[in-house]
Formats: sequence, structure tokens, C-alpha cells
Amino acid sequence: MSSLSVITPFDVETIRQDFPALHQMVHGKPLVYFDNAATSQKPSLVIDRIRKYYERDNSNIHRGVHYLSQQATEMYEEARKKIQTLINARQSYEVLFTKGTTEGINLIAYSFGQKWIKPGDEIIVSALEHHSNIVPWQMMCERTGAQLRVIPMNDAAELDMEAYAGLLNERTRLVATVWISNALGTINPVAEMIRMAHERNIPVMLDGAQALPHMQVDVQALDVDFLTFSGHKMFGPTGIGVLYGKEKWLEEMPPFMGGGDMIEKVSFEKTTYNELPHKFEAGTPHIEGGIGLGAAVDYIQSIGYEAIGKWEADLLQYGTEQLLTHFDDIRIVGTAAHKASVISFLVGDIHPYDTGTILDQLGIAVRTGHHCTQPIMTRLGIPGTVRASFAFYNTREEIDRMISGIRQVKKMFKS
Amino acid sequence: MTKPIRDIEAELAEEFSLFDEWMDKYQYIIEMGQALPGLPEADKNSDNIVNGCQSQVWLTARKEGDVVSYQADSDAIITKGLIAMLVRVLSGHRPDEIVSADLAFVDQIGIREHLSPTRSNGLNNMIKKMKYYALALSSRKEEQAL
Repeated sequence: MSSLSVITPFDVETIRQDFPALHQMVHGKPLVYFDNAATSQKPSLVIDRIRKYYERDNSNIHRGVHYLSQQATEMYEEARKKIQTLINARQSYEVLFTKGTTEGINLIAYSFGQKWIKPGDEIIVSALEHHSNIVPWQMMCERTGAQLRVIPMNDAAELDMEAYAGLLNERTRLVATVWISNALGTINPVAEMIRMAHERNIPVMLDGAQALPHMQVDVQALDVDFLTFSGHKMFGPTGIGVLYGKEKWLEEMPPFMGGGDMIEKVSFEKTTYNELPHKFEAGTPHIEGGIGLGAAVDYIQSIGYEAIGKWEADLLQYGTEQLLTHFDDIRIVGTAAHKASVISFLVGDIHPYDTGTILDQLGIAVRTGHHCTQPIMTRLGIPGTVRASFAFYNTREEIDRMISGIRQVKKMFKS
Repeated sequence: MTKPIRDIEAELAEEFSLFDEWMDKYQYIIEMGQALPGLPEADKNSDNIVNGCQSQVWLTARKEGDVVSYQADSDAIITKGLIAMLVRVLSGHRPDEIVSADLAFVDQIGIREHLSPTRSNGLNNMIKKMKYYALALSSRKEEQAL
């Protein structure tokens, strides 16, 4: 951290120099990368850290007496502490490394479910969930006989908080909700949702996959019970993620997977489990992923969430205005009052897939389709959307490129 | 008398060779998609759907005399343009001709490298379903639909 200079004021051109992948031609045009909600690009700091790990530090962690193993262990555990600081967790062992958000959710659904869920119990999710925060709970319900309850949303894609209050009852065992919708950008009022659930002693899990790339997260201030997120969406490597859990829950929950590292003592008669966090980290972990994620945390902190938030809010406002000013048949899907830098839209009656294909030919990377949120699309009665999702390295000029790209799309489809 | 499959493929390849820019090629695919009549709503059902496409694609086939006639539709125009090309190439031929067609034009035009892997996969599934229909119709009498 100390080796990084703090960039003030925010200088996007300097920042863009840190991301090698942004400087390439696609179909003969300079790349405009607007698919950040799917995955972010990586700064050199992260890439170099991973290369250095393989060139110099590679060794298996936690069990070796030799120098390299101790080095690697230290770096991996240091990354855990960086994440602890980033999200303000009370203890570093409340930070579990996973493959990503999806594994974190599956871990809770399995372990929490096995310990505390009985037939007739209820789990609450929201209408804005990614499939990864629906299917694990459905599987858990099938195993345990519990029921899934869904907080509905309005046409602007905001959750119905009165309906939420009505769903919380004595059978509710857990609320598992998305913080920021990947498909539409809605920021859910999670502080309020947690407070309401805690009034009835119901724990809350947040899917924070889209939150960590954009905003400061403080698990103690929120008093959230579980928070899960992915490294690759926050400028870190793929295949690594985090599940934060309050110690009191993690201590009581049974392990998710068995194997090496998660044990204290093994015999064929009985095995006892290791302490936190190792109890939930069976097998050789994604060591360079953890270390790379630690570097990504360093990078984010060198820019600062305040600067990131300001820049992205401008991109969201500018992009929305430009779309609505230049075209009279653009439909913005998801018009919540509180939104992250995601714009989902439809161009006239042109299929999102057609729009995305032509934009791709122009070097503009957007995502098209249902964004792994089929229930949202069904609720809104559309096949999918075109989604432009911005990171702090995007610019107004890139949005202008997208606007002229859409003009060409309309010309080609005569819309 | 319908031209042989290979000749129609050559025609298509030649038409595409007139365009230097990929945007123009896409424009042509879009026009073919817009020109394809499409299917009645009743035929856009799960039996006729082509799996593995990001957009929805429906395909029907019937036998007219000893040849197969295809009808297709999609909710996305570029996809509809792609299947329109396949319909143009394969429709009006005998099942044995359709099943053995190698459809080299797909690679000659260079569509494949300009399609995303999911769409390229979708194109393969369209071809597979068309050949499957031809095979299924080969043993049927005249004027029968699947």
C-alpha cells in the first residue's frame, strides 16, 4: 500500500494506463469495454503480482516448514487481512476464501441449511436476484422442506418494502438478498432490510458481487451476518472470492467440503475439524488468486471509493441523459432512484442480441440477454436487455462512441 | 428444377464477396432476415425451437413431393438472416441431398469467425436440426409435415 501513490485528483487517463487490456483494437476499432458487471479488467499491479508469485513465491501453504511455503502462507494470509480491513470485519478469520460469490452462497445454503433449517421454515430472497442467489436456495428447500419467499418489485425495479415487512415472520430463518442488481443496477436499501430482519432476530446474507467494485462496505456498521463477493468483478483474478460471516454463525456451522487443511485430526473412526477460517477451506486453495485479490484491494484503496463513486455517478448520469436525448425510442429498463453505474436498455423493438452484435463490430463490448436473471425479465415482460456497465476507467467519450454506435444500429435495422 | 445445393452455396459466397466491410455483410444478413416470411405464432412452440441459441429460433419442415421445404423464424433479425441463408440453400432438395450437404459456404463467407462462440454453436444447432428433419421426413410419403 505504501508503495502506491494516491492519485488526487482523479485522473482517468492515468488510471487507464494501469489497465493493459483497455488498449487494444477489436474488429479494427479501439475497444470500449462496457461489460464490467460481468467482469472487470485487471490493473498491472494485479497481473504483475500473480506473475511474481509464480516466478518466485510458488509453494503450497499452511503445512510447509520450508522458506517458500512460509513466504506463500504469509502472503496469502496477508491478503485475507487486506480484505478484513477493506470490509471492516472484526476478525480476519471471519473472511473465508471461496471460488466466488456463487460458492459463498452455496456454502451458506448447505452449511446454514444443514444446521438450522427444518421443514416449514422460510427463506426470503428478492425479485432482483441473480440465478446464483435463487438456485442454491431452491436446492436447499428441496433438501430440507423449507419454502422460498420472494420480495416483489415495482416497475422501476425497486423492492416493495411493505411486502418485505409482511414476509418477515416467525418461520423466516434467513434473508438472502442482492445488494446491487447486476442486470439493472438497482441499489437495494440493505441497511434498512437488515435492521428490519434483526428486529426479529433473523440473520441476513448479502450478495455483494456488484457492490464491492463500486462502494465502501463496512460489515460492522451494516451489522450484516454474511456477505459474499467475487474477486474478478473488483479488478482481481477469476476463481477467487470471499465469504464474510460473523464468527458466531461460522463457529456453529458444519463444514461445507471435506479434505486437507480443514481438519484438526483425522482417523478412520472420527475426524475433528480445524478452526476458522480453515474449517471452510478444504484442499489447496487458489493461492495466487488470493494474493492477486489482495493486490486488487491495494489498487482500489489507492484510488479510493469516494473518487470511484463520484466518477461513476457522472458516467451513469451522462449515459442515461445521452441515451434519452439522442433517441426517442430508447427504453431504459430499471429506473430505480438509487442505481449503480449500470444502464440496461432496449432500442426500439430491436432485439438486444442484434444491438449487441452490431455494437461488437464497432468495438463496443456490452452484454445482451437476460444477464442470469430470467425472473426479472419475465416480471418485466421482455426477452432481455442491452446492458452497459461502467467502471471508474470508463469515460464520457466512450459513452459518445456507444451513442453513435446505436445510431448505426438503428440505421441498419431501420428502426 | 431447383439448382444443386453446391450451386446455391456458390451464389451466396459470391454475393458476400461483393462486400469488403463486415458491416455491409451484416447489413445483407439483416436484409435476408427481414425478407424471410417467418412462422405463424402457433408454430413458434417448444417442439420447433432450436436449442442453444441466445435468441429464440423456430424451424418447421414438410415434404413437398420428394423434396423438403423449410420455414423458420427468430425474434432476432441477424439470427433470422442466418437461418434464412440455410433455408435458401437447403429448401427444395431431397432428404439425402440435405443430409450429405457439407455447407462449405458457411466457412467461405467467413461468418463463423465473426460470430460469437454461442452464436456459432447456435448455427451448428440450426444445421443439425434441419438435417434431422430431412432424415425424419425421408421415410414419409408426399405432402406430410413433421
